[in-house]
Amino acid sequence: MKISVTVNGVVHESDVEPRTLLVHYVREVVGLTGTNIGCDTSSCGACSVHVNGEAVKSCTMLAVQADGQSITTIEGMATDGVLHPMQQAFMENHGLQCGYCTPGMVMAATSLLKENPNPTEEEVRLGLEGNLCRCTGYHNIVKSVLAAAAGQ
Amino acid sequence: MIPAAFDYVRAGSAAEAISLIGQHGDEAKFLAGGHSLLPLMKLRLAAPSVLVDIGRVSDLSYIKDAGDHIAIGALTRHMDVETSAVLQEHVPLLAHAAGHVGDPQVRHRGTIGGSIAHADPASDLPATTLALGATYIAQGPNGTREIAAADFYQGFLESALAADEMLTEIRVPKMQGAGWSFQKFNRRAQDWAIVGVAAWRRNGDSGVALVNMGSTPILATSVSGALAQGASVSDAAQLAAEEAEPQSDLNASPEYRVHLAKVLVRRALEAASA
Ligand SMILES: Cc1cc2nc3c(=O)[nH]c(=O)nc-3n(C[C@H](O)[C@H](O)[C@H](O)COP(=O)(O)OP(=O)(O)OC[C@H]3O[C@@H](n4cnc5c(N)ncnc54)[C@H](O)[C@@H]3O)c2cc1C
Ligand code: FES
Ligand code: FES
Repeated sequence: MKISVTVNGVVHESDVEPRTLLVHYVREVVGLTGTNIGCDTSSCGACSVHVNGEAVKSCTMLAVQADGQSITTIEGMATDGVLHPMQQAFMENHGLQCGYCTPGMVMAATSLLKENPNPTEEEVRLGLEGNLCRCTGYHNIVKSVLAAAAGQ
Repeated sequence: MIPAAFDYVRAGSAAEAISLIGQHGDEAKFLAGGHSLLPLMKLRLAAPSVLVDIGRVSDLSYIKDAGDHIAIGALTRHMDVETSAVLQEHVPLLAHAAGHVGDPQVRHRGTIGGSIAHADPASDLPATTLALGATYIAQGPNGTREIAAADFYQGFLESALAADEMLTEIRVPKMQGAGWSFQKFNRRAQDWAIVGVAAWRRNGDSGVALVNMGSTPILATSVSGALAQGASVSDAAQLAAEEAEPQSDLNASPEYRVHLAKVLVRRALEAASA
């Protein structure tokens, strides 16, 4: 099926099988491999991207459902070589260890701050309940998100 | 994992979706938010040959004050139910429960209609709308009909909807100041409930429904009956599992579920009576 998806501001026209998951479309058709796949069960959030500005798990959405929509991936966060404030906050607060969960964490955290610009620590923890860190580095992830919120 | 191959058609309206489902027969399924169906298809526990995408039927995404009840379009997402000022004022139990479905990413895609149509006894909104005495509106090729929540759930993942019927609206009575509580016992924040309870109470009236205590969501009518006759909260809570037939799974034995149900119903009623 022919679809037209805006990915990080660029329109991509492609012909995909209906069963293509959005995450496979982003990684293999568009060629942006920053979005990771961490599970098969919609649990880990490593695959989180924004669809029309809101975080969703791209392993639990079909590429054909994104037809005509606007997608942002981790590659679309920096502008002109300057990191997004959330990425900067993760760097400054050691919000990553192996880094596997980080793209999904950054996408979920930016979506959270859009809905709740001044979250408490508990609200950050709840807001990231859909994202698992296998390195269990939650302490500094939460610290990073609170720092990004304070800096905006 | 990748689903088995299927054909995909997108409907622009409820009428078009119903006619498309009719054309494609038994092997076709509606696709709303996809957050129950796609995980099943990825595991190949479901393999429909056609998906009729109703996700863009945007005129079925609404929350309206209809006098004695609130009318909610079937395609309204969990996030919109959770944050609705109208629901927070008139049906706070439902708005609160919607905020406990999965995680924010799930709530950005999953819909109330999909959750109810899927009829999963472990899901939060079927039991919550059952406790609230909701009515569901189904549209088929020959028009619409009303189905009381108490008549809707017929077995594990089985509802009163015919294959060519679409759930279009959920009508929930206003709570009129009733006390309420939603209790969800799970091991990880984003998980389904091991056991859950949705309860409200106003004078002698009450509604109590259980999540994951049988093959359908369960209305704990014995509890409400005892309360109506003046039983104390702790005595009524002892009857929590009278209507239930809990299953055993990785998380809990039936005995443990019965224990949880009694404790959670007591906590819920204490909170709802405060
Ligand atoms: C990681 C994860 C965690 C979750 N945790 C929870 C949780 O804690 N609690 C909870 O309650 N749920 C949970 N869910 C499920 C979530 O609530 C789903 O969104 C919901 O159950 C299904 O809604 P949907 O719109 O995604 O439906 P879909 O998956 O699109 O559809 C589900 C089924 O209903 C049918 N259907 C959908 N809409 C209609 C309609 N309008 N008329 C007729 N048939 C229809 C479909 O054909 C399909 O058979 C979770 C899901 C995930 C992925
Ligand atoms: S890969 Fe999508 S939730 Fe784990
Ligand atoms: S940093 Fe390794 S998984 Fe989170």
